[in-house]
Amino acid sequence: MDQIFFALLNGTIYGLLLFMVSAGLTLIFGMMGVLNFAHASFYMLGAYFAYTLQPLTGFWPAIVLSPLLVAAIGVVIERYALRRVHHFGHAHELLVTFGIAVVIAELVKLFYGNYPVEYRVPTELSFAAFTLSGIDYPFYRLFMGAVAVAMFAAIYLLLTRTRVGIVVRSAIYRPAMAEALGHNVPLVFMGVFGIGAALAGLAGAVAGAFYTTNPNMALDLAVLVFVVVVVGGLGSLGGAMLASLLIGITNSLAVGVNFSLGDIFGIVGLGEWAGSVGGVMTMRLSSFAATLPFFLMLLGFWCVRRA
Amino acid sequence: MKEAILSVQGLHAHYGKSHILHGVSFDVGEGEVVSLLGRNGSGRSTTMKAIMGLVSPSGGRVMLRGHNVAGQRTFTICRSGLAYVPEEREIFFNLTVDENLQMGTQQGAEGATRWTVEEMFAYFPRLKERRNTRAGSLSGGEQQMLTICRSLLGNPLVMLIDEPTEGLAPKIVAVVGEVITDINRQGVSVVLVEQKLTIALKVSNRVCVMGHGQIVFQGTPDALAQTPSVTEEWLAV
Repeated sequence: MDQIFFALLNGTIYGLLLFMVSAGLTLIFGMMGVLNFAHASFYMLGAYFAYTLQPLTGFWPAIVLSPLLVAAIGVVIERYALRRVHHFGHAHELLVTFGIAVVIAELVKLFYGNYPVEYRVPTELSFAAFTLSGIDYPFYRLFMGAVAVAMFAAIYLLLTRTRVGIVVRSAIYRPAMAEALGHNVPLVFMGVFGIGAALAGLAGAVAGAFYTTNPNMALDLAVLVFVVVVVGGLGSLGGAMLASLLIGITNSLAVGVNFSLGDIFGIVGLGEWAGSVGGVMTMRLSSFAATLPFFLMLLGFWCVRRA
Repeated sequence: MKEAILSVQGLHAHYGKSHILHGVSFDVGEGEVVSLLGRNGSGRSTTMKAIMGLVSPSGGRVMLRGHNVAGQRTFTICRSGLAYVPEEREIFFNLTVDENLQMGTQQGAEGATRWTVEEMFAYFPRLKERRNTRAGSLSGGEQQMLTICRSLLGNPLVMLIDEPTEGLAPKIVAVVGEVITDINRQGVSVVLVEQKLTIALKVSNRVCVMGHGQIVFQGTPDALAQTPSVTEEWLAV
């Protein structure tokens, strides 16, 4: 029971982190119709910037400054790379973001080396929040969850309660009309791109200390985040939230399950047959955990086709 | 004609390689309603889009109070005093009626007639009843009211209104006609594209007939009535 509780909590918090990264991606997709391949690179840059700033400024200023730096990079990329290729169509935009992702990964390897860096949770934050069945639950995990929830509340209020939010939602839906009503839509897009990048950067700055900070972290996450955005219904913020939690929790639960397809056949007395077949029948669910999100995505596509 | 507030001079526009507008020229006097008439595909809607910068003009000038706005960004053109009510209405379905109206609210050009949300609700009480519902659930007529109000709240000098009565019930068509006359009486100049000739002739001070991306006739509604050859060649279906 306690194990399931831990798995659910871990999954929820991981899901919330996924959401911080995918929120920006789904907003940018809604606006420009382009999946920004470099988005997970913003997550990685957030972690590396925080790691670099931490010795100079301390942990707290580092996780505030790092997202701001990432936002500035995001704005420059939107203004000088994406906007220039916009009129060539989506394929060009996708290629540009892909190229930027590669360049960022190589630059990180060049400056920090092709191995994980020593970015750690600060000692004043590494203590147990509570203990259940003799297992300490790290406070830092809860902290990550809290940051994500606070971010979600902030974006939600910004989008629904302010004039800027109304302009953003309109511009996503009908950019030409929003502009015809006197709103500087290119500026709005640049701002949203910057905020999306900052969110990913914040997620990286916070999570990089807990998980690992290495040059592959962008690629590892990019795939998951794409799945989140697709499963959540491209461009939908609420959908991305649900999909993030769904994927976070299924992943986390599946890892702890020592169950195979053969066991199900075992219930109806076909266990021996299943065992003799082997292969898929005897594979444990836990070893499928990493591929589960993709099953979800395929299921999503299948449902859309049927609908 | 009074002094021109909007003067379109030799406007050209292309969609890709096809040449749509071949030097469109007409003036809108201060406080006038000018209708652009013509068959489908004669370039009326494109003229409006080119004036607003939604289609970038490939030649010519759009003088608003003596300043050329052709080639500027659409939002700048709006802020200098032009408002656009598109044929497709372009309501933000994902926002409420109130939020749609907020989207339209702008400082507006200097010296333009000022409009408030309360005045809009006085025109169309139905919108007030539905102010907190999603605009996507409005009927076609209500959407048309909303799109006119939204653009009016930008306090424009000139309003470009494209096919406002298309697909509306006769009763609402009459209301839309009255509203156009009324906002014009309060000082907003109007360029109107309208398929229903009776309405266009009733509300307009002058009409411009378009054909093949050019203006082929300009004059008062009376002058048009006295030149049946124009009606026959360019308007009759």
